[in-house]
Amino acid sequence: MTTYLSTGRQAAAPPGPAAGPPPTKQPPPRRQRDNRWGRYRQWGPGLLLISPSLLLLGVFVYGFLGWNVRVSFTSWRGLTPKYDFVWLQNYTALWNDERWMIDVRNIAIFTLVFVIGSMGLGFIMAVLLEPGVRGENIMRSVFLLPMAISFIATAIVWRWLLDNGTGENTTGLNQLFANLGLEFLRSDWHKSTSGWAVAAMALPAGWTLAGYVMTMFLAGMRGVPDSLREAARLDGASERQVFWYVTRPTIRPVGLSIVLILVHVSLKTFDLMYAIDQRNVKIDTPSLYMWFTTFDGGFYNRGATIATLLLFGVVLVIGPYIWFAVRSERT
Amino acid sequence: MTRPDHPTTRPTPPLAPGPYPTSPGSGTAMLRAKPREEAKAPRFRLPMTMIRYVALYGLACFFLMPVYLLIITALKDPVDVAATRMWELPTSLSIDSFRAVIPTLSGGFKNSLILAVPASIISAILGSANGFVLAKWRFPGANIVFPLVLFGIFVPYQAVLIPLVRTMTAAGLRGANDPTGGLRGLVLVHIIYGLPITTLIFRNFFASLPASLIESSQVDGAGLLQTFFDVAMPLAKPAFAVAIIWQFTAVWNDFLFGAVMSGSGAWPITIALNNITGGQSVPFNEAMAGALLACIPTVGVYILLGRYFLRGVMAGTLQGS
Repeated sequence: MTTYLSTGRQAAAPPGPAAGPPPTKQPPPRRQRDNRWGRYRQWGPGLLLISPSLLLLGVFVYGFLGWNVRVSFTSWRGLTPKYDFVWLQNYTALWNDERWMIDVRNIAIFTLVFVIGSMGLGFIMAVLLEPGVRGENIMRSVFLLPMAISFIATAIVWRWLLDNGTGENTTGLNQLFANLGLEFLRSDWHKSTSGWAVAAMALPAGWTLAGYVMTMFLAGMRGVPDSLREAARLDGASERQVFWYVTRPTIRPVGLSIVLILVHVSLKTFDLMYAIDQRNVKIDTPSLYMWFTTFDGGFYNRGATIATLLLFGVVLVIGPYIWFAVRSERT
Repeated sequence: MTRPDHPTTRPTPPLAPGPYPTSPGSGTAMLRAKPREEAKAPRFRLPMTMIRYVALYGLACFFLMPVYLLIITALKDPVDVAATRMWELPTSLSIDSFRAVIPTLSGGFKNSLILAVPASIISAILGSANGFVLAKWRFPGANIVFPLVLFGIFVPYQAVLIPLVRTMTAAGLRGANDPTGGLRGLVLVHIIYGLPITTLIFRNFFASLPASLIESSQVDGAGLLQTFFDVAMPLAKPAFAVAIIWQFTAVWNDFLFGAVMSGSGAWPITIALNNITGGQSVPFNEAMAGALLACIPTVGVYILLGRYFLRGVMAGTLQGS
């Protein structure tokens, strides 16, 4: 677990009396109050320096999250805010909402395909790169490049790559497949009538994030000490066994982290679908529904409810992740 | 860049992932390949190596395919452009597509620069102070505050949008309520929501510095601010590079905040790009030229300063240091 947050604990020993101001200036700690004041002088300025940021984050993150949850319990529609209390009415209404049910199904399919696809592709790339190849830096840069490109620009290209024109109008990936004699791969992508149409969105999303997965796995694999693998080889382990019994257990925590991060990315994905085909309910997701129902429809209550459920999903995935990351650092 | 392409030519032991590099050159140390003794490699390796190379080049083609399409389409003569012939190389080069989109995108480009430069710098400065305090000048409760700040990196922004819109409208910092069309408010929003990640980047950086640096400064009688400005800040240049580059990329590529906050004159590049080239009526070559223009700053930074970008990527997911 060494690749988590670098340890600040041991290094950050509290500045004790040994490191404090010269003893001549120190008043003798006769009473408890003096002691407390002395300790305050140690950490007070730090807290003061950080407090504007904490205040801003407190209001803009936690204050707003709370406010949003409050809105999800109201019947606020239209431009005038209304802060009544309707219990869980908005939540129960969602489960009778056809579009919401489609969205839940879509986000589940998208998450599944996107996470498994990116993990698989990124892992394969890391395994291929791990022994070191000529031009590795360039390869790595190419694989990570999409992360520097906005989802909007990505969507503009992929909208054409995922075009579903037929016959004369065949273009994009389908045309590429036809040219390579791979017609059987032809697909209508996100415009397909299949219930799995949203899975096509995993292609641009995976294109963006597979390089990140590769980077994390590569760092994890290269963190495995050679002596461990050497010892296994001396004991007669085959390369496959070395991978399975030495490398795999050490990169498992990395793999788990990537899965959690990708699931959270997937829950939040918004720009990509918005820019590729925003009115296509086949690729509609909760984050898009929240946007349209709130800012186009004026259903603030429903928007806040969807946002609260999204928050709940992210907390469920990221909460334990942060907890483990912080805890593993302390040990 | 940092590692010679031939691992065997450099027999230095690999650096374990851990201490934050204080010299910019070692930014990707954790990814460095280990030197191998090629002579020991068994015979069956040769075909395996070939398969590896073929697979890697194939994957590189897949990753570059959209980039190829973007570049060749943007450079084609508009009369030469047809969606059904999109994979063909241009017969002649032309910058007419760029000429067509530049007038409509230049405003967005400028707005994004006005947003991204101050937002990333201010966010990094505030983050450096927070990171320093959380790493080296801990206060009671810091163990609770730090994870709460971290969660700010992952928060789904949809869950703050409604309150944000109400607050910024009331404060006269959003859209038509703001003389700058919402740009001021948008800078503020990007600074605030950038704080968690910049705080983390600097906190990890300062945690990797030895405690003795801070202690000796204190023995010399320096207080918190003096230690921070005279000792910590000058050492933190690589962390500033990571934080500013990461924030610049995040702000430049942001869509959601820009969409709720900005009025039509203040659209950042992503909004302008989506609104102008999003419709089906816009020629395909112009959409591509616009997308290419919109990528240039972030991709340029990525190509020139990739190792800092990489550190930001790792930090953003609580990995690495």
